[in-house]
Amino acid sequence: MTAKVPRPSLRFVHVWRRNRLVWRKLAIPSMLGNLADPMLYMLGLGYGLGAMLPEIGGMPYIAFLAAGTVCSSTMMSASFESMYSSFSRMHVQRTWDAIMNTPVLLEDIVLGEAVWAASKAFLSGTAVLLVAALLGLVASPLALYTLPLIFVTGLAFAGLGLVMTSLSPSYDFFMYYFTLAITPMMLASGVFFPLEQLPAWLQAAAQAFPLTHAVALARPLMNGAVPDTIGLHVLVLAAYTTVSLYAALLLARRRLLK
Amino acid sequence: MPTPHLQVRGLRKSYDGNEVVAGLDLELEPGVCFGLLGPNGAGKTTTLRLCLGLTDPDSGEIAMLGHPIPREAREARQEVGVVPQADNLDPDFTVRENLQVYGRYFGLPRAELDGRIPELLDFAELAARADSRIQALSGGMKRRLALARALVNDPRLLFLDEPTTGLDPQARHLIWERLRSLARQGRTLLLTTHFMDEAERLCDRVAIMDHGRKIADGAPRELIAEHIEPQVVEVYGDGADEWAETFGRRMSERCEKTGETVFCYAHDADPIVHRLERDAQLRYLHRPANLEDLFLKLTGRELRD
Repeated sequence: MTAKVPRPSLRFVHVWRRNRLVWRKLAIPSMLGNLADPMLYMLGLGYGLGAMLPEIGGMPYIAFLAAGTVCSSTMMSASFESMYSSFSRMHVQRTWDAIMNTPVLLEDIVLGEAVWAASKAFLSGTAVLLVAALLGLVASPLALYTLPLIFVTGLAFAGLGLVMTSLSPSYDFFMYYFTLAITPMMLASGVFFPLEQLPAWLQAAAQAFPLTHAVALARPLMNGAVPDTIGLHVLVLAAYTTVSLYAALLLARRRLLK
Repeated sequence: MPTPHLQVRGLRKSYDGNEVVAGLDLELEPGVCFGLLGPNGAGKTTTLRLCLGLTDPDSGEIAMLGHPIPREAREARQEVGVVPQADNLDPDFTVRENLQVYGRYFGLPRAELDGRIPELLDFAELAARADSRIQALSGGMKRRLALARALVNDPRLLFLDEPTTGLDPQARHLIWERLRSLARQGRTLLLTTHFMDEAERLCDRVAIMDHGRKIADGAPRELIAEHIEPQVVEVYGDGADEWAETFGRRMSERCEKTGETVFCYAHDADPIVHRLERDAQLRYLHRPANLEDLFLKLTGRELRD
């Protein structure tokens, strides 16, 4: 098949609205699942473990952990939505097939799904940020810059999740991604402890993880400082987003439009 | 002559070296109800996907409602409705929400949809079920909703892929009646089906496809008259084979066997019927030739998988 230039359009909003309408019916249990889990980890580890730890980089452990949790809950929320939920719509319910009979193209669907997953991730990340602020763990209004960061982080992980979805033969396949990519990233991106605790080779490898760059931006912003090398971090997140979304589209085309 | 609503020339599509559509030509004039018939694997569904721009042809040209496909598939689909073979109604929504959400994909404004949805629910006889969830609907109701959904953008051209497969007779008759009323409104219909009685009843014109090629194209009655003797006697029961050897072959112009049934074709079947009346253990059916006879003659009698 000839490579066709993607022609995404604003019609992706119809796909986003479809998913929002479903979500509105299940908003309460869905939010509980998405928000309670990271919050419990943050509070439990932050106060429990934090009581035994010295300050890290001039902040209490719970403040250190709060910035990491904002990013990791964003990652988890975007990943679940763009894999399990998108896969249901694409493969099980055949909702994508029905949509492709209308003027909405596959590129609109992929974009709509990605923006939707990023929107849900935005809710998760923002909720953690809000709780952190209420607990007095946010130092200054600089933290407001975390909001666009949360959205872009969600978009990057949504793109990666959609790549997996387009490749996946069944739900079981996603376990590989969670075990081989998400969990290592969670532990080696500076969410729970500083990267400097890792061996040098792993520190270098961690520079390839999108989550590392999200945390590297979120932590200073929430603690009242301007991050170093902002351009690099933003570039890595933007590159993950565009490359993964384009790959997801090509793979979805190969799967659905052959 | 008005511009055809669908024009296909020299269409070809292969999968892994296997030519599924092998040089197909089709032309649907506005307002026609056109049946695309063929055994399993003849290339019908692939043809529909090619026409909708859901897959790219290897060669050939497609124009749908004046738009070249696949290049302007998005523009063309704005005025096309599709009833797919597999049920893909949105299980997360009620009947009404299915129509609302689907209408949005066409960019239809809320007010226009709110005006149209009650008509569509009436048309599909689902007004009383507007707030039911999809899981609570019967097979016939789901198919009617799929039809209503395909009409949400008031399409000029409708694609229906096996619209009555799996439905009970009552549900089929209701779908047929609705399809005829759509044809009377002047919409162009392209349907695929395995049911020859359905095609004969509904279609102004049919094309029979086999191995990716069109092997017949015309009005059902004219095609039957052209290819098939007007009368048929079907003979079945114990001893049908022996009867065919002794009398059937000699008394009919053509004598064929499908499964356990012997088909005798003739211009005058009265002598055959008189002969059969003497044989108590044989059962028979004397009827005019139909599209199924034509289909079996042209596509062969062996099983297709």
